[in-house]
Amino acid sequence: MPGAVLEMIGVSKGFPGVRALADVDFQLFPGEIHALMGENGAGKSTLIKVLTGVHAADAGEVRLGGERVSVTGPQHAQTLGISTVYQEVNLCPNLTVAENVFIGREPSKAGAIRWREIRRRAAELLTRFHVDVDPGARLGTCSLAIQQLVAIVRAVDISAKVLILDEPTSSLDRDEVEQLFTVMRRLRDDGVAILFVSHFLEQVYEVSDRMTVLRNGRLVGEYRTAELSRIDLVGHMTGRTLSTLEQLHVRDETARVQAEPILKAQGVGRRGAIAPFDLEIHPGEVVGLAGLLGSGRTEAARLMFGADVADSGTITLGGKPVPLRGPNAAIDHGVAFCPENRKSEGLIEDLTVGENIVLALQAANGWLRPLSQARRQELVGRYISALRINPADPDMPARNLSGGNQQKVLLARWLITQPKLLILDEPTRGIDVGAKAEIQKLVVSLAEDGVAVLFVSAELEEVLRISHKIEVLRDRRLITEIGNTGTVTPEGILEIIANGTTP
Amino acid sequence: MTALGVRGPVRIRREHAAVLVTFGLLVAMFAAGSIVYPGFGSGQVVVDLFIDNGFLLVIAIGMTFVILTGGIDLSVGAVAALSAMLCAFLLEQWHWPVAAVLPLVLLVGIGFGFGMGYVIHHFEIQPFIATLAGMFLARGLCFVISIDQISISNPFFTEWAQTRIPLGEETNVTPTVLIGLAVLAVAFVTLHYTRFGRAVYAIGGNAQSALLMGLPVARTRIGAYMVSGLCSSLGGLLFAFYTISASGLHEVGTELDAIAAVVIGGTLLTGGSGYVVGTALGVMLLGTIQTILRFQGTLSSWWTRIAIGVLLLLFILLQRLLGSSRTRR
Repeated sequence: MPGAVLEMIGVSKGFPGVRALADVDFQLFPGEIHALMGENGAGKSTLIKVLTGVHAADAGEVRLGGERVSVTGPQHAQTLGISTVYQEVNLCPNLTVAENVFIGREPSKAGAIRWREIRRRAAELLTRFHVDVDPGARLGTCSLAIQQLVAIVRAVDISAKVLILDEPTSSLDRDEVEQLFTVMRRLRDDGVAILFVSHFLEQVYEVSDRMTVLRNGRLVGEYRTAELSRIDLVGHMTGRTLSTLEQLHVRDETARVQAEPILKAQGVGRRGAIAPFDLEIHPGEVVGLAGLLGSGRTEAARLMFGADVADSGTITLGGKPVPLRGPNAAIDHGVAFCPENRKSEGLIEDLTVGENIVLALQAANGWLRPLSQARRQELVGRYISALRINPADPDMPARNLSGGNQQKVLLARWLITQPKLLILDEPTRGIDVGAKAEIQKLVVSLAEDGVAVLFVSAELEEVLRISHKIEVLRDRRLITEIGNTGTVTPEGILEIIANGTTP
Repeated sequence: MTALGVRGPVRIRREHAAVLVTFGLLVAMFAAGSIVYPGFGSGQVVVDLFIDNGFLLVIAIGMTFVILTGGIDLSVGAVAALSAMLCAFLLEQWHWPVAAVLPLVLLVGIGFGFGMGYVIHHFEIQPFIATLAGMFLARGLCFVISIDQISISNPFFTEWAQTRIPLGEETNVTPTVLIGLAVLAVAFVTLHYTRFGRAVYAIGGNAQSALLMGLPVARTRIGAYMVSGLCSSLGGLLFAFYTISASGLHEVGTELDAIAAVVIGGTLLTGGSGYVVGTALGVMLLGTIQTILRFQGTLSSWWTRIAIGVLLLLFILLQRLLGSSRTRR
């Protein structure tokens, strides 16, 4: 095996009150895809930020091609040959694809940019990576997957030694992930060293050659992917055994269906978003919405809450037809909605955990009747401990929490209003295995207490694990409903999605 | 994959559409004026649009740079007035030579832009506030120089004011028009064919991304305000050429006219999208409204403001409509 292209030796990094990285060793070889694994807060982001020069290490050294380097910033990293593509696509949506690939290093002649050259070279690069997009299209009009690939094309074209991919797949659907992996494998075969961070175990197993596991800022170990079982990996990441991930509950079909449905949708649809569909949700029932990205999952969920207004059909809440002209009507009837994008649509990062939690309850009470301090503290304390929000400090600004804990704060906000129907849109996206399992467990226990849950998730395994019935969506249409009898498999659902018919 | 299917045979981009609408409206308004008022449809009226609004054109072009980065510059009118005052004062009271005064005044404008850009970028102050402060400062300095209007009797200025360059048989242009058009051309090339210009667009699209892509965000953002400062200064000088005088009361509200012209020209106030050509059309449109009112003769000039207000509202709504028809994420 040739020498490591990138090496970290004994790297430590602390922030006030936190030891983010402690004496971590790490090696990356040319021509490998190396997964960096760990729960949220394990130090993955810090490690990447040290590599790209966003943070300076407190101790230890980084070696590139055997020589010690001190990276001063992302730009410096780039000139050294380390490029990073982040989860959020860091490109400019208002510029064309071609320009995004070349901006800042445009070929020019006498100071004037040569557009023809840019378009030609961009087209070449895109073809080489099999990215099917018009170089002249504005980036903002392209799908997220294409944007992600364009970011990679840019990164690789700038410097092709080390490519860091930080959660590149979290917004992609299965086909798009496949496309990304094809590109990654091609780059690996060209000798690029790729550092891949993902929360999706399956993807890590599919594409990576080796992995490094971190826990609480410490190195747990370095493994060959083929030699490490999933159970062991999760064990290394969490430091616990995997009991929480096993089958969560046995379902009791009969009791639920006899009850009056909490929500009944008849012919509800919205032009351009989702075709009219029927749906019933009973108390204590977990209904999963499964489908690929863009299949109308989120759109359907939003209609139930009145976040978008349906242009056909009726929604019946608690036995009465309710025109949902906005979220207020739904909230009044005990419907709660946790949106997909917790940063931009739900969590207010500058407020504290406690303030975020009481927000919806306060809104429901009306602003003129503030909650008493004592009641607030009691409620917040109760939900922080019930959901095991960590750190359990109600006065901590919400931005300081990890993704999984932020998601729990959002959940607490809605649970505190004691909803009858809870709509969760991708509640486990981008959070680690441990927190995922806790949120799934919570959903199940809520259902056992009689709360109805509409659960939207891109991960079929997850939908299958907790739902009583599954609504399968495809191309903005609800194509079928399957009772989760225990014989349904992710592959079965995928087949339905692929063929558009029940097997 | 619908998101990929944008590859139509004819692709009219949103920002193109906005410019085209402005252009269409300009042509329609001019045609209407020509039909209703005899003598309106002459070449000289078109040229007069440039003559009367040359200074606004230059200022609005500078404003376009700033707005493209997602900022705003409220100081342009005050900086223009200050530039004219400083110029008049140095020429008339201290009798400095023109060749020294003009570059110095332009440097003062650039300096103002640099100062505001520096504060905006490095202290992360809202552009609105920083340039509002700049506006008060510049306006105040005008009155430190002189409370009264200063007439300019310098021969360079008086000659300039009378210079007419014949263009065809009945039409004449002033040097101001040529300067305005030159600034337009330089601005266009800068925005579309230099790295600085593309970085201006990138910052307006997503400043954070621009930084992570390794673009010189600080230099570009401050640069945009410097361009605006330079254009304000130049605009102030052109206005001084036009009126052969300077006063601290000149060009009050010009910043708002400039912003109106930029927006009517199809540039998004959020940045990242727009063209200087659109801005030029916006200035022309404002000028055409004024000209029509002048030909009409009986309406008060305040009707210009009302017309601008209505237009501005329409264009903002139009941008909204065009914007929302884009692919939703």
